[in-house]
Amino acid sequence: MPFKRYVEIGRVALVNYGKDHGKLVVIVDVVDQNRALVDARAMVRSQMNFKRLSLTDIKTDIKRVPKKRTLIEAMEKADVKNKWENSSWGRKLFVQKRRASLNDFDRFKIMLAKIKRAGLVRQELAKLKKENAA
Amino acid sequence: MAARKTPKTSRNPDLIRGVGKYSRSKMYHKRGLWAIKAKHGGVFPRHDPKPQAPAPVEKQPKFYPADDVKKPLANKHKPKPTKLRASITPGTVLILLAGRFMGKRVVFLKQLPSGLLLVTGPFKINGVPLRRVNQAYVIATSTKVDISGVNVDKFDDKYFAKKVEKKKKKGEGEFFEAEKEDKKALPDEKKDDQKTVDAALLKSIEGVPDLKAYLAARFSLKAGMKPHELVF
Repeated sequence: MPFKRYVEIGRVALVNYGKDHGKLVVIVDVVDQNRALVDARAMVRSQMNFKRLSLTDIKTDIKRVPKKRTLIEAMEKADVKNKWENSSWGRKLFVQKRRASLNDFDRFKIMLAKIKRAGLVRQELAKLKKENAA
Repeated sequence: MAARKTPKTSRNPDLIRGVGKYSRSKMYHKRGLWAIKAKHGGVFPRHDPKPQAPAPVEKQPKFYPADDVKKPLANKHKPKPTKLRASITPGTVLILLAGRFMGKRVVFLKQLPSGLLLVTGPFKINGVPLRRVNQAYVIATSTKVDISGVNVDKFDDKYFAKKVEKKKKKGEGEFFEAEKEDKKALPDEKKDDQKTVDAALLKSIEGVPDLKAYLAARFSLKAGMKPHELVF
């Protein structure tokens, strides 16, 4: 019930709307009740409404409004990229993107693979059932 | 006049559109008209028309319509084949969207001069023969087949034209007989063409795993598939 992810300097957030959709940014300062100053390695520091941000569990250790170089070092230290890619949220997003970019041929190959896997599972299940019944 | 080596540019640059920088007298001087006059003793050179043989006397026509009839303008416009979508290149796998082979995945060979696309199953894989198809009724996938071993030069629109027969005069009793000869057997030449085209294609198709089964299967929209979000 209590909040676990707070808006704070150094909180890593995912942009969920707009030009930078899908990027991970670090909250670098709070402008007012609705907006934050965010920054990332590959973008110009800019303000963003909190409604466009989804907070993550990852935090970096920075002071208010650090220099870009300091920010990048802090992000490396906190290992933001790897933590994100190994988190279940990060992995889910990657899978979603992969599924959306599938070719018609890829979808066909996946269908064949799914049928094959289901066949194998059913074989094993049948074996187990027979063992149990006997 | 000697041929101009430099392209024709005006010696009078525009200040704004319609107003030149130099006046008439300045331009007279710039163009060197004074030099031309000096060369020809104070006058501009005259070029008299060359003496021509007298044109033959044309007779008035015996008949002409009472009112002037307007002649339509000549149209020399030659139709070009339809612009081919950038996603369709020789060897692309296409999905047919209409007709007898709706949903079949098919290999694109070339665009014919009429604009239609020449396409083949290959016949052994999915039953689609060498066929013409309109670009508008086709989805181009990004899957490509290697088509370098195939020679499609001999196919054009005339190859696919319907064979015209001499019409026989029908008597009453002959109506029933005429209905019998509906289906004509496909000439052997076309069957051989199909075989040669497909032989080279089949080799390159079997080189890619699952591609043969892919071409044999039909495409259909299933639950949850949104065509505007699908990447083909």
